[in-house]
Order: sequence, then structure tokens, then C-alpha cells
Amino acid sequence: MDAILEYIPKELITTLVTIAVVVGVTLGVISYLILLERKLSAWMQDRRGPNRVGPMGIFQPLADGAKFLLKEEVTPAGADKVLFYAAPGIGFMTTMLAFSVVPFGPVGVEGIPWFVRFLIAPDVNIGIVFIFAITSLSVYGVILGGWASNNKYSALGSLRASAQVISYEIPLGMSILGIALLGSTLDINTLLMQQTGSFWDWYFWTQPLACLIFFTSALAEANRLPFDLSECEQELVGGFHTEYSSMKFALFFLGEYAHVILTSFLTSILFFGGWHFPWIATPESAYTGAWVVKIGVLLFKVGMVIVFIMLLRWTIPRFRFDQLMNLSWKALIPLSLANMVAVMTVLQFGWDRWWLTPISLGLFAVAGLISVAMKRAEIRHRPSAAELAHQFAT
Amino acid sequence: MAVAKDDVMWIEEPEMGFWEMTFLPAILDGLKTTIRHVTHYDPVTQQYPEEKPSLPLHYRGVHRLNRDEKGRVKCVACMLCATACPADCISIEASAAPPDWPDRDKFPATFVLDELRCIYCGMCEEACPVDAIELTHIYDLTGETRESMRFDREKLLAVYDKTKDDPRDPLRTRRGKLGPAADFGTLPTVAPATQVTAGDRSAQSTAPGTIHTYNNPRPFDDPGGAT
Repeated sequence: MDAILEYIPKELITTLVTIAVVVGVTLGVISYLILLERKLSAWMQDRRGPNRVGPMGIFQPLADGAKFLLKEEVTPAGADKVLFYAAPGIGFMTTMLAFSVVPFGPVGVEGIPWFVRFLIAPDVNIGIVFIFAITSLSVYGVILGGWASNNKYSALGSLRASAQVISYEIPLGMSILGIALLGSTLDINTLLMQQTGSFWDWYFWTQPLACLIFFTSALAEANRLPFDLSECEQELVGGFHTEYSSMKFALFFLGEYAHVILTSFLTSILFFGGWHFPWIATPESAYTGAWVVKIGVLLFKVGMVIVFIMLLRWTIPRFRFDQLMNLSWKALIPLSLANMVAVMTVLQFGWDRWWLTPISLGLFAVAGLISVAMKRAEIRHRPSAAELAHQFAT
Repeated sequence: MAVAKDDVMWIEEPEMGFWEMTFLPAILDGLKTTIRHVTHYDPVTQQYPEEKPSLPLHYRGVHRLNRDEKGRVKCVACMLCATACPADCISIEASAAPPDWPDRDKFPATFVLDELRCIYCGMCEEACPVDAIELTHIYDLTGETRESMRFDREKLLAVYDKTKDDPRDPLRTRRGKLGPAADFGTLPTVAPATQVTAGDRSAQSTAPGTIHTYNNPRPFDDPGGAT
């Protein structure tokens, strides 16, 4: 055994093990996140949620999986078979690929067994760029799936969905640029380590506006409510996945959930200090099993973000398509640009970076004031109710 | 002109303030509502097969044919229920009563009630002069064939045997004994399925309880002259 091991580099083994664990755990977690979401949704609506399969419905994901596997697969006549089959895979795979640069726990800490590693691809110093490049490819899954279905509704739905995803890619990327400038790196793990000094080193405190923009656009990227315009059940039968059935349909949703998990990881790592928590998990904490606690802290933060996303789902009403586009192009993109300019200014003139907090809040206030002024102007130029009544009467 | 001018009301749109425009307070407010539903979780869902609903006493479920104190079928085959039935689901074949049944002339040789056709309105129960047919609390009735849902006399009597001791299924219109329909007007009903007041349309009708159906247009005397 040892003789064989000598010829196989240890790195290869750890990488393969990590990939297997990450893919397996992510898929398992996704199926139970769907159960959690269904339960939470039920509680928020004073229902009971799934409770028939096993105690408290804990075997519901298995039943769902079995159902998806056993259902009939329908391929519409006239569909482009190759693209039709490839689209769900593209959507799912691109999202899973992004996990290769996300640190799932403390990297490079003493006391971890050699076969445990929390990063599939270490030392990728353009981690953020890699994630955005890869996840933006997932729009191909949407648009190819919609087009290959040979269905007008699917094609319309996929056009709309891709317009949404592409629009929100811009604020998503630009909101992160501020942090990349502050940390002068694009490596996710380095950005994480920069926040482990103290509680006030978390980037959320200096970049609250960027956090809001990033979270909003990431929701839109993952097609989560209130931005689930790509999944237009009400208007276009079902959007781009109208013609998909059984496991191909399930793959689209696995992809969406993987995206939610990825978003939560990125939010907690980039803005909320990753595995760092004062007194409990710091780089200095050397007690036994500290690395397990650090994973726990990170997963706790990720879980909180996921639950928050689920809460938002039943809190905010869905956007109309023009409102969705207005939010991205008229609010988020200018705001993220201004935020980036503010970070550049602070860095260029060597000011204290705590100035960024009031600047962020000020930018937010200015945006609010501008929209109030614009709405007032619009109202002023609109005929008043009395004038309309007069027009109508004559 | 689609809308009358007087019917149109013009409303000024309320002006939005700064905080309203940022939508953040509204989102926080909404989150508070959402979270309150999770923390004060109070579902009203009934877990049906485990928790049975407690139905009101006047619930109208599957029919039964009552027995008299000697265990014979109470029905005297007068056809009033079949006549009153708006769904035409009762078919009775009357024959002369056995000689040792001195209290009546006829009894139902066959009595078939189609439970699939029935609309559970309770008119048969109201019409019956001898309290023979009644609706019980059984609501979860299923069958594998249409034929099995056509309840004959024995099956309806079996329903009576099954439900007679259930406190939810008392003899609703107990008049004590099997008797002629002559005392129908004098004896008060104990617990009628539905109350009929003098103001009701059915009470004012010239031919109460007689319904002219589309499928079975039986001519009847109509003093109102709707011929």
C-alpha cells in the first residue's frame, strides 16, 4: 500500500477526496435545504409543510429524489436534442465548478489531518474573477435550454431570464471590486484572512453598501425570489424549463440551490469574516479542535444567510420585469460605481478607511433623495386628479 | 359610453417620503411579520386521517333505512322520498306487505339509492312521513365500482345497524312508532335537518315537495296553471 502511495502524489489524493466530499455534501445539503425551505415556508404561512414521509417529513428529500428519477422523461418533438440534454448539465456544472475556489473552512492551519483540505484549488489568486467568470456561464444553461425546447414560451422565458442574469452580473462584479481594492487581492482566502484581526475588520463595516448591492444582485443571479422572473410560472407557463421533466428539471433546481449556497458562502466570507468570530475562532485560537469550531462558525454564518434568503422569499413581493431592470440599471449599477469611486478616492489620498462607512451611508441617502426628487417631478408633470376629472367631464 | 361620469372617482396618489422610497423600512416591517409567523407558529391545518373533524349535528352524510322496534324496515314504500329527490337517485319497487305486518299495506321490495348521484340535500329525510330514511354522519364513503355505490335495501339497513348507537346519529325525527302519515302535521319534528319558516319559498309553493324534474317530467296538478 505504501509502495503504491509513493507513486501517487498526496496532492492528487487530497484533491480527489475533497472534490468527492464537496460534491456529495453539497448535493445532500441541497436536498435537505429544499426540505428546510418547504418547512420554513409552511411555518411562515401557518401551514404544516411536508410531514408524511418519515417523522417530521425527514425522508421527503429521498422521496422527491426517487420521484424525479422515476418520472417519465419527455423530449419534445423538434427539440435540438444535444443542446436540450446539455443545458441542465451546463447550468448545474458551472455553479458546482465555482465551489472549487471557495474555502469551506480554515486553510493552512496547524492540527488538521493531511487528507483534510478545505479548498479544492488552493492558491488561485484570481478566485473572485474565476467565480464570476464561471457562474456567468450558467446563463448558457438557461438560454440554450429555452431555445432548444422548440417552444415559444420557453424561448421568451429564457430571453427574459438571460437579460436579468446579465444585467445583474454588472453590479455583482462591481460591488466586489471595492473589497478587492481594499484588500488589494482577488484571492478569496486572502480576503478572508484580512478580516480575521478583529470584529471590526469585517468588510461589512466599511462596505455596507457594497454588501447590500452584492446580496441583492446575487439573489437575482441565483433566480431567487423576489427576482424569480426566469421561473415565470404565472406569465410564461414555466419559463425556460417549460419542456423539461424528471431529472433534467431537477438539475436546474439543484443548480439554483447550489447557487444559493455559493452566494451565502461568498456573502459570509467576503463581508462577515468567514470563519472568524471574536474570542471563539480567531487565528490565535490554539485549543484542540479549533479548526472544527472554525468550520462550525463559517457554516453557522452560511446557514443564517440561507435562512435569511428564505425569509426574504415570503417577505418581498415579486418584481415586475421593468422594475427589475430599473433596479439594476438605474440604482444598483450607479451605486456600485459610486462606491468603487469612493474606495479609489480613499485609497488614493490615503485617508482612514473608516471614512468609507459614512460615505456608503451617504451614497445610499443620496440615491434615496434622488429617487424621491424624481418621483416628485414625475408627479408634478402628471395631470392631477382634479384635472383628469375635468378632462373626463368635458 | 362605458362608464358613467358620476361613477368615476379620481384619487390623488399619496406622495412617497424618503424612507418609503428606499423601501428598507417596508422590507424590515415585512421581515418582522414573516418572522412573527415562525415564532408564533399556530397552524389551523387538521391532520385528516389521524384527526377526524367534529361535525355539526345536522351534517348530512350517507343514508340509512331505519328499522322499527321489531327490526323490520320502517319504510312503507310511499314514494315520497323518491318524489322529493331533486337528483332522482332513489328507486323503489313497492309490493304488498306480508300478511303478518298488519300496520301497513306496502313495503319496499327493492330500495336502491345511488350514493354517487345523491347531492345530500336531505329532502328525502324531510319528505319521509314515517322517519324511515335518514342521513348519517358517515362522510368518508368510497367504493371501487359504480355498482358498489348503489346502496340497496339491505345495505342501507346495515348502515342503520352500524350507526344506530352512535351519539352523533340519533333518530332525528323520532315519533315513537310506525304510523300513518296522518299525524305529520300535528306532531312537531324533534330535530329537523333544516328549518322551514312561513316565509320560505318552499313553504309558499302551491305544491310543496313536488319537484318537476327535467329527466323525468311527470305531469302533476298545478293549480297555478303552469302547464
